[in-house]
Amino acid sequence: MSDRQSSNAYWQANLRIIYGCLIVWALVSYGAAIIFRPLLKSIPVGGTDLGFWFAQQGSILFFIVLIFFYAARMNKLDAEYGVDE
Amino acid sequence: MSQFTLNLLVIGASFALYIGIAIWARAGSTAEFYAANRGVSPVMNGMATAADWMSAASFISMAGLIAFTGYDNSTYLMGWTGGYVLLALLLAPYLRKFGKFTVPEFIGDRFYSPTARIIGVICLLIVSITYVIGQMTGVGVTFSRYLEVSNSTGLWIGAALVFCYAVLGGMKGITYTQVAQYVVLIIAYTIPAIFISLQLTGNFLPQLGLFGTHEASGMAFLAKLDMLVTDLGFRQYTAHHNSTLDMVLFTMALMIGTAGLPHVIIRFFTVPKVSDARKSAGWALVFIALLYTVAPAVGSMARFNLTATMWPGARTGDTYSQPAVSLDSIENDADKAWMRNWQVTGLLNWEDKNGDGLIQYYNDAGAGNEPLAATIADQNLQGNELVTVNNDIMVLANPEIANLPGWVIAVVAAGGLAAALSTAAGLLLAISGAVSHDLIKGTLRPNISEKGELMAARVSMAISILVATILGLNPPGFAAQTVALAFGLAASSIFPVLMMGIFSKRITKEGAIAGMLAGIVSTLVYIFTYKGWLFIGGTNLLEDTAANWLFGISPASFGTVGAVINFVVAYLVSQATEKPPVHVQELVESIRVPRGSGSAISH
Repeated sequence: MSDRQSSNAYWQANLRIIYGCLIVWALVSYGAAIIFRPLLKSIPVGGTDLGFWFAQQGSILFFIVLIFFYAARMNKLDAEYGVDE
Repeated sequence: MSQFTLNLLVIGASFALYIGIAIWARAGSTAEFYAANRGVSPVMNGMATAADWMSAASFISMAGLIAFTGYDNSTYLMGWTGGYVLLALLLAPYLRKFGKFTVPEFIGDRFYSPTARIIGVICLLIVSITYVIGQMTGVGVTFSRYLEVSNSTGLWIGAALVFCYAVLGGMKGITYTQVAQYVVLIIAYTIPAIFISLQLTGNFLPQLGLFGTHEASGMAFLAKLDMLVTDLGFRQYTAHHNSTLDMVLFTMALMIGTAGLPHVIIRFFTVPKVSDARKSAGWALVFIALLYTVAPAVGSMARFNLTATMWPGARTGDTYSQPAVSLDSIENDADKAWMRNWQVTGLLNWEDKNGDGLIQYYNDAGAGNEPLAATIADQNLQGNELVTVNNDIMVLANPEIANLPGWVIAVVAAGGLAAALSTAAGLLLAISGAVSHDLIKGTLRPNISEKGELMAARVSMAISILVATILGLNPPGFAAQTVALAFGLAASSIFPVLMMGIFSKRITKEGAIAGMLAGIVSTLVYIFTYKGWLFIGGTNLLEDTAANWLFGISPASFGTVGAVINFVVAYLVSQATEKPPVHVQELVESIRVPRGSGSAISH
């Protein structure tokens, strides 16, 4: 594989990981916490519902997990394509 | 020991620590001054980023905003944290690989245009100066409340302190001071929260206490709070009241605004490697989340405590099971001393309108509600008697409301100052970098020596401190509204242009310039249409009400629309203009790959 092809494949793989992470990012904040909150009404969490928990706690915790997941996944990808430092 | 001596000791000790660190970490080169020689570990950088990011608004105002609105203001919690996901995935690693010192420098190089760079500088200056005024005002208020000096004396003390460590130490000094400031502010925020959570719910962790059981009544805490506030005619705390579309757009504006704030972005230039930039954003969010997951608990519990102070029956049983708090108790009892202290500042006030010797707190607008309507008729109420409650007192007054020991109050004061000072220093660094590196070295005098540039950076920082202090002394009446402007501008101009510069090779200089201008101008016009031109009252074209807003989009949420306009205009103009030159396409190729970031330092 030439350098150019390899770096193209690396970039495409990176974009796929980014898309995946951004879908989760949108689902936990705009989805569960705001738009789909009425659908989650039936799941009680301490005096209120799951949507409220996502809005004030859950989304933030998911954001942290997402960033560390992305960082770890990219370290692996960097090593696979030999572009790590 | 008196409370005043205690405050003086704790605040004085924290200042001595910051100055000590500044002397230890003096900057000798431009690389040290702008980027701490790229030698900061990801965890340390994460902590410094957290302090840089969490300003007086996060520390003092946010919990109050949530306390008095409830669920609808969760937008701040998600918006001010979700931006870090965008930073980690879309900007930070690539800008670190680019390996220069400022945000406008990237814009200028990627879009091969000094004009684009200058527009970047202008956006950066508007955003950062607006922000820094708010911080200096916060410093002045905190000093005058806790050290009993005048507001202006407080401001000058704060300015002198920032001058010491920011001008001497540059990014290196600021980074290590911010680490210390983070520790001070997080201790100050969580200690009272833990005490209060224990008192109300028996839960040591406020994050769990929020969803725990209110011990005195046996009900779920949030259900108890909902009942308490609706009994008094306020809107249900946990329910969704505002427009869903506007809530989504406002959260989005805060997220992309956060990712586009220059003083946050430059923090990721300080780490050694590209992989560290990704990881560091995660650590930053961990440290930010320590405060942000506690804030909703602080807000709801402060709302509960305040309301239960006014209606003592609510602590154990029904809201109206006992009469409201008496005027005599507020004016004489030791446990209400905090009310008298805050009355002096004008942020809290009461008035016995019906002359019955009791102070009844309720919502005038909710007067149709049972059982409030019955109470109003019964007690012949003439309107809500807790006439002023400022959002901003909730965090600062929290330890006093809960009767915590004096040293906790002193630590909270030091924490508020740490939050404001650390953010001010980060902003000043972004400003001085833009002036000395982008304007002077990049445009006006390209041949300036490194020593000369370092001097220019220090002088421009000193001048910015002076300007910020003077503006802080006479805050323009619109200080609070300008925050919306800062986020709107960062969201509509800086974030889209950076993202397109990295993710597209096709965006041309004409596209970028047209996009930035279209984004900024549309956002400014929309905000000014409702808030008045340059925020001058009476010059607004339309009244600032939901009925007038375009599709129900509030001015504060418009940054999202501005960003979309920026993307669309940049794309269309780029299609119509000639492809970027080969060397620019190669630059984009190179920043997408982590290897080789070390060599990019040389300048």
